[in-house]
Amino acid sequence: MSHLPVLPILILLLTAPLCLIINRASVAWLMTVSASTLALVCAWKILAQVLASGPLTYALDGWEAPFGIEYRIDLLGAWMLLIISLVGSMVALFSRQSVKHEIEPSRQVYFYIAFLLCFGALMGVVASGDMFHIFVMLEISALSSYTLIAMGRNKLALWASFQYLILGTIGATFILIGIGLIYAMTGTLNIADIAERLETVGQSRTVITAFVFLILGTLLKLALFPLHLWLPNAYTYAPSAASAFLAATATKVALYLLIRLTYTVFGTDFLPMSTLLVALGMVAVVAGSLIALSQSNLKRMFAYSSVAQIGYLVLGLGMSSQTGLTSTLIHTFNHALMKGALFMSLGAVVYRLGDVTFKELAGLGQRMPLTMAAIAIACASLLGLPGTAGFISKWYLVSAAIENGWLMLAGAILISSLATAVYVWRVIDAGYFQTAVKVERAEAPFTMLAPILLLAFANIYFGLDTSFMLMVVDGITNNLLGGGQ
Amino acid sequence: MSGQLAYWLIIALMMVGLYIVIAYANLIKKIIGLSIMQVSVFMLYIGIGYIEGAAIPIIDATTTLYSNPIPHVLILTAIVVGIATVALALAMIIRINEAFGTIEEDELADGTGEQ
Repeated sequence: MSHLPVLPILILLLTAPLCLIINRASVAWLMTVSASTLALVCAWKILAQVLASGPLTYALDGWEAPFGIEYRIDLLGAWMLLIISLVGSMVALFSRQSVKHEIEPSRQVYFYIAFLLCFGALMGVVASGDMFHIFVMLEISALSSYTLIAMGRNKLALWASFQYLILGTIGATFILIGIGLIYAMTGTLNIADIAERLETVGQSRTVITAFVFLILGTLLKLALFPLHLWLPNAYTYAPSAASAFLAATATKVALYLLIRLTYTVFGTDFLPMSTLLVALGMVAVVAGSLIALSQSNLKRMFAYSSVAQIGYLVLGLGMSSQTGLTSTLIHTFNHALMKGALFMSLGAVVYRLGDVTFKELAGLGQRMPLTMAAIAIACASLLGLPGTAGFISKWYLVSAAIENGWLMLAGAILISSLATAVYVWRVIDAGYFQTAVKVERAEAPFTMLAPILLLAFANIYFGLDTSFMLMVVDGITNNLLGGGQ
Repeated sequence: MSGQLAYWLIIALMMVGLYIVIAYANLIKKIIGLSIMQVSVFMLYIGIGYIEGAAIPIIDATTTLYSNPIPHVLILTAIVVGIATVALALAMIIRINEAFGTIEEDELADGTGEQ
């Protein structure tokens, strides 16, 4: 039996206690970078194997599926693993200077430990084929992300983290209730078995209750619009490296869970979920973009833009057509690229200038030309300009809306795009057309700049060459839509 | 109805917990409410594993009916998760008290100038 499916998770989770034993920030950083890179290599190999020979399964500790915990990685899982580990390894590289600058020396080691635990646990959620294991992994990642957020320089980080903890725990408890009720009805925790047995159990009241609790819990973790209250503060006050990592990965994993629940476990026609998701997504898209308009802190502005982007992801999912699902899956990857690049660039600005309001941004094009170029590219991608990755996902989303004949939806996307254009223009205007108080070039150090530019480049590359992405995503949609029925 | 009495009580306990989380401004009380809510879910799981007239799940020759041990095992793990959550929350409350000088939600909101 090949141990490949469990390897990336094991490497990350075991490096965390090693860092604690060694207890030196510089060594911990080196170990974090090597563990993350290894995880990325593993994720890449897993994806290649899944593409070549179908889903991988792995019985933890040799206990076979119905009794033991099974890791089951299909194409969707492998795709998510790649996204998480790509962003994770970039942020790991980026984190050294940023952490040195933003976190006091005695706590720096703990940043890397919490980062590794969060990273590993998120990978675990995606790889696992066992509901209860997913819950435990989700909680490990949540607890470590509360820790990461609370490390922010501003004391408000503590308060933001506490609010997130309350809402996150309520969400997790809901998920736990749902899993318990499903276990009561089906007698199994294995996702594939649950899906099979739910068909024979039918729509009893217990199953519907379980479904509602599971979906509500997941939407809380996903921060879909009315349940998004924890997100803006958390992303604003967290240390820059943590913001970049969480913005690009944590909500994606909740989205993965939502896809799993609606497509694999319950089936899309279980309850009128699609109507609900489309309605909520539409509100999220418009409201998120409009609130983002009035922000003066860039981290907060892009946090609200994340709320809108989550709306896009959910919209595609709610349309439950091939094109809609394609847009969601592509955008999951693209949004990770753009938000990763954006929040890391903002981290670089914080490193040099201390804060990220529009005041610091003025004349950034002269002071930090490469960082500002990355911000501009990521912003263009966020807006969906042709030639960037964001264009591809928006193209599919709008096609899906028109395909379904939902012109109102296309209208909502248009309004949101207009609002996005306005706040993105504010950024470009400040960066390139206003002059700084004092003009001196002070580019970010190399370890920060390299991952930023790499992700910015990826934003353009995946806007021009979509063949690889479409091949994977087509495989996933065929699995989900074909296998679900 | 009588067979489901345990579940009704569990739901009542859950609502009490959730109400405390929402209604009280003191952070410690919020955490107490959160714990009550989590405990109600633990009891839900244990209730699922109960079978009337069943013996404890240790194999011996005379018994034929055993109660289901899996929910108990699951809930042991969930209790550990719950403890970790409460511990983290309490640690955070200590830091909040050091930083802001209060653990009342409304005073925190005033002091921060947010919302």
